[in-house]
Amino acid sequence: MRTKIQIISDTLLGIVDKVKPTFSEGGKLPWLHSTFDAFETFMFVPNTTTKKGSHIRDCVDCKRLLIIVVLALLPAFCFGTWNIGDQHSIAFGLDYGFWQKVGYGLLRIIPLFLVSYIVGLGIEFAGAQIKGEEVSEGYLVTGFLIPLIVPVDVPLWTLAIAVAFAVIIGKEVFGGSGMNIWNPALLARAFLFFSYPTKMSGDAVWTGGVSRYLSEGTCWFQGNGLVDGWSGATPLANATVQGFADQGITAWNLFLGNVGGAVGETSVIAILIGAVILIATGIASWKIMVSSVAGALAIGYIGYFTGVTDLPGWYQLLMGGFAFGTVFMATDPVTSAQTECGKWIYGFLIGALCVTIRLFNPGYPEGMMLAILFMNMFAPLIDHIVIEVSTKRYYKKFA
Amino acid sequence: MSNVIKLRKGLDLPLKGQAEKKVVTEIKPDIVAIKPTDFKGLTPKLTVKEGDSVKAGSPLFADKMHPDILFTSPVSGKVEKVIRGEKRKLLAVTVKADAEQKYENFKAGNPADLSAGQIKSLLLQSGLWASLIQRPYGIVANPDTTPKAVFVSGFNTAPNAADIEFTLGDQLEFIQAGIDAIAKVSGAKVHLSLCGKSFLEGCKNVEIHRFEGKHPAGNVGIQIHHISPIRKGETVWTVSPLMLAAIGKLLLNGKLDLSRLVALTGPDIPQNCYVKGIAGMKVKELGKLLWVWKADTRFVSGDALSGTSIGEDGFLGFRDDQFTFLLEGDYNEMFGWANPIRSKQFSASHAYFSWLCPRKRYKIDTNLHGGVRAFMFNTVYTDVLPMHIFPVHLCKACMAGDIDKMEKYGIYEVLPEDLATCEFVCPSKIEWQDTISKGIDLMLKEMV
Repeated sequence: MRTKIQIISDTLLGIVDKVKPTFSEGGKLPWLHSTFDAFETFMFVPNTTTKKGSHIRDCVDCKRLLIIVVLALLPAFCFGTWNIGDQHSIAFGLDYGFWQKVGYGLLRIIPLFLVSYIVGLGIEFAGAQIKGEEVSEGYLVTGFLIPLIVPVDVPLWTLAIAVAFAVIIGKEVFGGSGMNIWNPALLARAFLFFSYPTKMSGDAVWTGGVSRYLSEGTCWFQGNGLVDGWSGATPLANATVQGFADQGITAWNLFLGNVGGAVGETSVIAILIGAVILIATGIASWKIMVSSVAGALAIGYIGYFTGVTDLPGWYQLLMGGFAFGTVFMATDPVTSAQTECGKWIYGFLIGALCVTIRLFNPGYPEGMMLAILFMNMFAPLIDHIVIEVSTKRYYKKFA
Repeated sequence: MSNVIKLRKGLDLPLKGQAEKKVVTEIKPDIVAIKPTDFKGLTPKLTVKEGDSVKAGSPLFADKMHPDILFTSPVSGKVEKVIRGEKRKLLAVTVKADAEQKYENFKAGNPADLSAGQIKSLLLQSGLWASLIQRPYGIVANPDTTPKAVFVSGFNTAPNAADIEFTLGDQLEFIQAGIDAIAKVSGAKVHLSLCGKSFLEGCKNVEIHRFEGKHPAGNVGIQIHHISPIRKGETVWTVSPLMLAAIGKLLLNGKLDLSRLVALTGPDIPQNCYVKGIAGMKVKELGKLLWVWKADTRFVSGDALSGTSIGEDGFLGFRDDQFTFLLEGDYNEMFGWANPIRSKQFSASHAYFSWLCPRKRYKIDTNLHGGVRAFMFNTVYTDVLPMHIFPVHLCKACMAGDIDKMEKYGIYEVLPEDLATCEFVCPSKIEWQDTISKGIDLMLKEMV
């Protein structure tokens, strides 16, 4: 007796086998071979068997691990979507209900996802076709991260350019997923920040609809203007006790995330749910997360006690992109340090550097992006030193 | 008594099909083969032709570089076939066994009464020298070198490996003679590693080390790393208890006896048991007695992680005492990677849930379970390798063929089998053992 699943599986497999010749060498669409292959392996685990070495293999593969990262991002995505609507509704004095907020959020975030995936995957598929390789699923995560770390009002065309830059210059020129030096998602954000600073900073971009209202005088659905005295600044822009009091922001707001900021990064609680998933499945390193928090607290408190800031050190963990960066970006297994001891150093320096930039660089209050990209660059050096030292120490025992 | 070395890292594979501790039958060998491919780095030089008569212990081929290292027939009979592959590479020499076995006579004696030179020439002539493996590189030991030490692993952690206690428990006397002989020939200390209670505890003339841990803790390479790591310029020899027993039998009885108990393991065969066989026995000869093959079976001489696929007409390896039978996994699994719970598949990763049932054993087949990618998740490997080396860096150095880096990251300390667990868990489906093996080949070419 065949089960229903088997019947569906066999039917699908039949269809795949039937259309396969069209896309192979000598067929009508050989230039779509990589794309076809990507969709085929998406539906079916390939029937390849081991040839050399170990005859049996673990059933885990990159697809599985990466999809779990996407799963871990979902809480931040869901909260971010609601928060877009919430911030919009506050800014324009609208009385949106829950579903209206979610609906507005979806309408704003879906285009970002479409641009991110269409541009990014398009380049990946083309690259794989040119190199004659299988499409690597690394962009599955990168493409999900990018919309979550940009301002919701970012123009789509700039996003498209940034994605293209990140995938081509950040990844493909090095040889594709697994070979890159910098985290591609952060590279896209850095590209936007340095190339289109007016569209990436200031007060207007962080709340949905505001930049359009300011330039065109229209906004979504209702034509109400901005609420009197409304400031779209993210908490980071005025990160003092007084600044928070003026905006009516409490630490609890920062933890929950109903404040302005990039889509996915505001809610610490949603990010923590993701962190639990990543640590439980062993995909991201808890060492990097812990040491990054330690680094941020250390510099945060040094700044607090020396009077650089009047915010206690733990505020640094709740503000801006710190939590999101620590959990999802710093722990990127490709670009982070790969030795166990190196992870402690790497994470600590990210946290420390992030807060240092926040405290001492008034021109750019958000330090996480630069801290991670900077440490990405130094991760191989950290590993090199750790390997040298630990190998020497180990062999010394036997000398 | 030395301290127990506890290895925290590693992975015991829950592969179904451990052999039950009973000997079902004795296989009378019909066709037996000695394969030059069992010996790394060997360039063989044939000394017989098809149709020649040989006795058990008569040479079939020799090492071209060291012509005094002979490789001998385990049985008496007629040389049936010289099997060659591409570019006339010698793959195997098969011998059709006589009904009545005749043995080459070697001058026997207690190792205590023989000189090192006498033992050495006995081993070389009898073909048992080939049981000594030299590290680095895992080649047949060079008779002209003096190793730093000799290492013997007294336990095996490979998936469903033969239980040494069961297969060799009654041969302690021979193993002791083998140890004495090797100690004399090498002029070095013999280290024996054990796990828990073992019949080998009684061995003399050895330094005993105790280990605890999951696979590959039983691999002699891991043990060497924790006892006395191999540095550049050093050589050590390793030998298995199985081959020590054969050496002991040669010395005490004066004839070459390569018979052994062979474990029949792997999921999906009717009976997991032991049979009495011999080195080089044909796998098909089991079939007549035990069961009818399934069409898509993979025949492996050795264990599922680092054994050799030998095919339906293959032969047991010279140093192996295990056959593993695996099902070929050439099927398409719909949305396999997206299935939240794949209860029938095993994964060491917490991305699946097999870690919740640690006692369950799985029918693992040969499906690769994914496409080959570049290294992405570079931290999963150190959890399954109980060594102070950096496996990803070493593997990448081997891929790049960078000898300086390979040296730095510990190529002298490993053989492919030591990194087999890394290959098993690899989400990028990289061929680790093949990569390391190619790296070692490069080292051999450049350094030796």
